[in-house]
Amino acid sequence: MSPSRKDTQITQLHGAGGELMGELLERLILPRLGGPDPAHSGGEIGLRALDDGATIALPEGMTGQLVLTTDSHVVKPIFFPGGDIGRLAAAGTINDLTVMGARPIALTLAAIIEEGFPFSDLERIVDAFAAALREVGAPVVCGDTKVMPVGDVDGIALNTTGLGIAPRAISDAGLRPGDRILLTGTIGDHGMALLAAREEFHLATELVSDVAPIWPMLAPLLESDLRNSIHAMKDPTRGGLAAALNEMARKSSTCIEIVEPDIPIRDSVRGLSELLGISPLEVANEGKAIVVVDPEAADEALDRLREHPLGADAAIVGTVTEEYSGRVILDTEIGGRRFLDMPLGDPVPRIC
Amino acid sequence: MSRAFHFSDPKRGRALADAIRILAPPDPYKIVHVCGTHEMAITRNGLRRFLPETVDLLEGPGCPVCVTPARDIDTAIAIARTGAILCTFGDMMRVPGTELSLDEARSEGCDVRTILSADEAVVTARQTDREVVFFAVGFETTAPMTAVVLLDDPPPNLSVLASHKLIPPALVALLDLPDNRIGAYLAPGHVSTIIGTHPYEKWLNDRRVPVVIGGFEPLDILYAIALILRQHRDGTPKVENGYPRAVDPEGNAAAQRLLDAVFEPTDANWRGIGTIPSSGLRLRDAFKAFDATERFPLDLPEGRDEVPGCRCPDVLTARAVPSDCPLFAKTCTPLSPIGPCMVGAEGACSIWFRYGGERPL
Repeated sequence: MSPSRKDTQITQLHGAGGELMGELLERLILPRLGGPDPAHSGGEIGLRALDDGATIALPEGMTGQLVLTTDSHVVKPIFFPGGDIGRLAAAGTINDLTVMGARPIALTLAAIIEEGFPFSDLERIVDAFAAALREVGAPVVCGDTKVMPVGDVDGIALNTTGLGIAPRAISDAGLRPGDRILLTGTIGDHGMALLAAREEFHLATELVSDVAPIWPMLAPLLESDLRNSIHAMKDPTRGGLAAALNEMARKSSTCIEIVEPDIPIRDSVRGLSELLGISPLEVANEGKAIVVVDPEAADEALDRLREHPLGADAAIVGTVTEEYSGRVILDTEIGGRRFLDMPLGDPVPRIC
Repeated sequence: MSRAFHFSDPKRGRALADAIRILAPPDPYKIVHVCGTHEMAITRNGLRRFLPETVDLLEGPGCPVCVTPARDIDTAIAIARTGAILCTFGDMMRVPGTELSLDEARSEGCDVRTILSADEAVVTARQTDREVVFFAVGFETTAPMTAVVLLDDPPPNLSVLASHKLIPPALVALLDLPDNRIGAYLAPGHVSTIIGTHPYEKWLNDRRVPVVIGGFEPLDILYAIALILRQHRDGTPKVENGYPRAVDPEGNAAAQRLLDAVFEPTDANWRGIGTIPSSGLRLRDAFKAFDATERFPLDLPEGRDEVPGCRCPDVLTARAVPSDCPLFAKTCTPLSPIGPCMVGAEGACSIWFRYGGERPL
């Protein structure tokens, strides 16, 4: 077989959050932008850590760390059941700060808009962005707007940068053997709701995206003594739970063992996932977090999460072990056992 | 968050595992299934953990895109290069042709579009004056949808490149390959909902191998394996329906009429196996006007299916498991696949790689 195009050109898979994107970052991006780790960013977690955000050491006299994160959003469709690109942009950035253990303190918003985009739609999007910020109490501090000719951008694309502050940032690599894995709620809602909402599927479902800022749910843990028992956090967005867990296991050189029937999944999500042959563990969530907790504190953390409406379905789903370093194991419901590996990219439906 | 009947119930699972252990033969016994969905369920649920040491369970030619020969893909690309819009299922995109995959042809500028059902090709054709070609792959499950398109007043700018394949003739061909030693077939539930039980009887009844139709839930599969082992122990090989809640012995008569109205059996080339008599479907004369190979007469060289060192032919004929191949998970991964079984989402190598089938835990 001749050398494939993905080795010489950017393809869609390079942006899909899976293995191929990781390779691209390692080979092409990090050598040019990563700098020496960690001094380049002046903090403990810089670009090279490929975490949900970066830390910046504060000037002398101030305690704690600033956390900075940025995200671009090109969701299709722009308005989907349960949210829109505005709420998604706000939640995405706020959630990246939250899983770094940081209270969001300011955000930016940049929009690239297609010529002819209706004002009314733009108003809805900006309103949704602002509403999500009010749930957290963080302001937008600056922004930017660009307009592109018809066809050069599909409707609208948003970029947000968020600044947060943390006594000490929580990474996604701090797992220790014995830790318990908590999920803050049901898995697969956002990805499956978006798939169902795309015209080509002709599906009428009740699926609703879970897009929401999770700071209000996690603040009671992060701003109490429980914080010291949280060893790692991550929000399972692109690539879903499977990608996030694998990344955490690899970075911490631990093994994560998950009990499949303990993973909360809605019936509607499970049904569509079986229909389309797409695993709910491999699609994006936009209002959930994986919280890795010291075993002594796991039950208390679970209770605290469940007190918030967003955490009503929270569950302990697994344990950190040492059996297979860097891998994720799934104990299946029937009593079988297998590896849960990193998804390759956007799932495509099966045909048989 | 519970389902009406619990098809992964661990208690029932243990009961079936006990039955399988009691029924297990003392000598090595190879059960072959021919369905990517079966392999997915077996590997994803870790079901091989329930099999006794003497029993092997392998996927044969169960991935429709994997058995599509390179020449059919070459043909599709050649048609797309004439400026036609080529519509096909997502799984087909990355399967290697002789030089390029459809995905690579698209990057090169060809208009190749993925669709989820055959009627989307019709919608595409109605919205354009350009030629639209539906590259139709799949077993008896997907072929009726292609037939519906052709029977329902298709737009004149639509044509079909048919690469459909039939399962029962392939089961026979596999038995006739040298050194196969296939003990029994776990027959595919989806295909059987269409064809029923009779075609297996017609093709396989004088071959004295158990053929048990199985569903796709963990308990369905363990149950079908128990039925196979019981037939083997009792020396009563036959076609048995282990999936009666979905499969009628007569099959789906409406779907069969559609198939018969549009297609007739023809010899077909299966990647990794070769030509199998009466194992493919070609358009009947009445539909020749919609046959893409008639509309786009091409003179292509023979395709090249095989890659040196790649054991896909052995995997597709159930003579090897993916980890027997020296390339598996080393130079051949889903990111840089060498053979089709690592490309197709239903291919054994891809499933083993993605769902940790390389070693039972």
